[in-house]
Amino acid sequence: MAFRHKHILGIEPLSAEDIQLILDTADSFKEINSRDIKKVPTLRGKTIINAFFEASTRTRLSFEIAGKRLSADTVNISGSTSSVVKGETLEDTARNIEAMSPDIIVIRHGHSGAPHYLADRVGCSIVNAGDGAHEHPSQALLDLMTIREHKGTLKGLEVAIVGDITHSRVVRSNIYALTRMGANVRLAGPGTMVPPGIERLGNVSVFHDLRDAIQDADVVMMLRIQMERQSKTLLPSLREYARFYGLNPLNLTLAKPDAIVMHPGPMNRGVEISSYVADGPQNVILNQVENGVAVRMALLYLVSGVDSMQDQ
Amino acid sequence: MAQTETVILDQAGITRALTRIAHEILENNKGSKDLVLVGIRTGGDLLATLIRQRIVDIEGEEVPIGAVDITMYRDDLAARGSLPVGKTEIPFALDGKKVVLVDDVLYTGRTIRAAMDALMDFGRPSCIQLSVLIDRGHRELPIRADYIGRNVPTASQEKVEVRFDEKGAPEEVRLIKS
Repeated sequence: MAFRHKHILGIEPLSAEDIQLILDTADSFKEINSRDIKKVPTLRGKTIINAFFEASTRTRLSFEIAGKRLSADTVNISGSTSSVVKGETLEDTARNIEAMSPDIIVIRHGHSGAPHYLADRVGCSIVNAGDGAHEHPSQALLDLMTIREHKGTLKGLEVAIVGDITHSRVVRSNIYALTRMGANVRLAGPGTMVPPGIERLGNVSVFHDLRDAIQDADVVMMLRIQMERQSKTLLPSLREYARFYGLNPLNLTLAKPDAIVMHPGPMNRGVEISSYVADGPQNVILNQVENGVAVRMALLYLVSGVDSMQDQ
Repeated sequence: MAQTETVILDQAGITRALTRIAHEILENNKGSKDLVLVGIRTGGDLLATLIRQRIVDIEGEEVPIGAVDITMYRDDLAARGSLPVGKTEIPFALDGKKVVLVDDVLYTGRTIRAAMDALMDFGRPSCIQLSVLIDRGHRELPIRADYIGRNVPTASQEKVEVRFDEKGAPEEVRLIKS
């Protein structure tokens, strides 16, 4: 099957076959990361701009390494050091970037829909590296790759996602991706952090007690409490949150004995996840980071081939 | 115009060719010391398994085998789009090894160029030799095979297809004219 998406704006537009192809491609690319010479010539001569208008360490580093290992030239710009601070609009910034003929722009932006806005206005491929509270497709794909590696399949798995559902782009991308691949998603969080009607996104059930959500789960995914996006009205105190919605060795025993524990990072140790769990035998958190490079290599590779196919 | 297909090598012919190639590899390298086989996906990896089996039967010594997928090393991403990438598995060091690359059909030589680039990224073999089941001519690069099952003169609009059964055993080689 050929990949037909020039842009990766989110998981929502992708079919199960697309997701399958991305994960299979990532599986094949993963081997490069354990070679002595970690570089293949696949995207030689392509220019990738990582435009991060919001703070990021992991995702930006991961995209940059992915591009470099495929021999593309990667250039980073960040919001705080670019002319955005001088008042340039997003569209003007993008037009100026485009005038230098990049092949792919990887964008992270605080506003939902910023990558879509650009995709309509520039000629190169756009890859969404997180837009506001909307989607974070590469994170969901690396989560799926990690689950598939540990469980062999995605179909029929019970996946519990716990935390601030409202503000999390990771959760939205994961709901689309997991339900499309046949997994059952259980969401849990305080009432102030679960948007009403989220069940309509697919095969999703909502719990307000952490213990109900992780009962017999195959996968427990903890979300970061986003202190920078939080107002006091949502959350009385971090201690209270940790007590009711933090994952610790005791409540983890409710999940299946072979359940894996995931976290998209960066972790607030002692808040949503205790150090005993974060460093415990069931955690696959660094495995997620490792797979992130492979998934991003797959995305950059697959969008690179689309233009030439449409020409034929 | 109607498409015509001719069988140019049957199963018995393939078997005999692979046996001869195994003997030639051993003769040329004076045994199986430091020898490794690397098959090119897909097709070459299946033939490499069969050649290796013969070498092990003759010499009684293990010979490491790997597989390489050359999609990441292609020179035609712009023309072909993003083809599915298969797995490359070379679970041993290539430094100082005599590597026999195995492919099913040798045509332009571009696949072999890509495969050699891939091998070089895994280490520094003492030499690379090339074994193919069919050499159909029309080289576009200065590449030649060391071990050849059969030379088949072809026209460039024809196709040569090595068919495998579902267990991965070669059944026959067909020349397809359209």
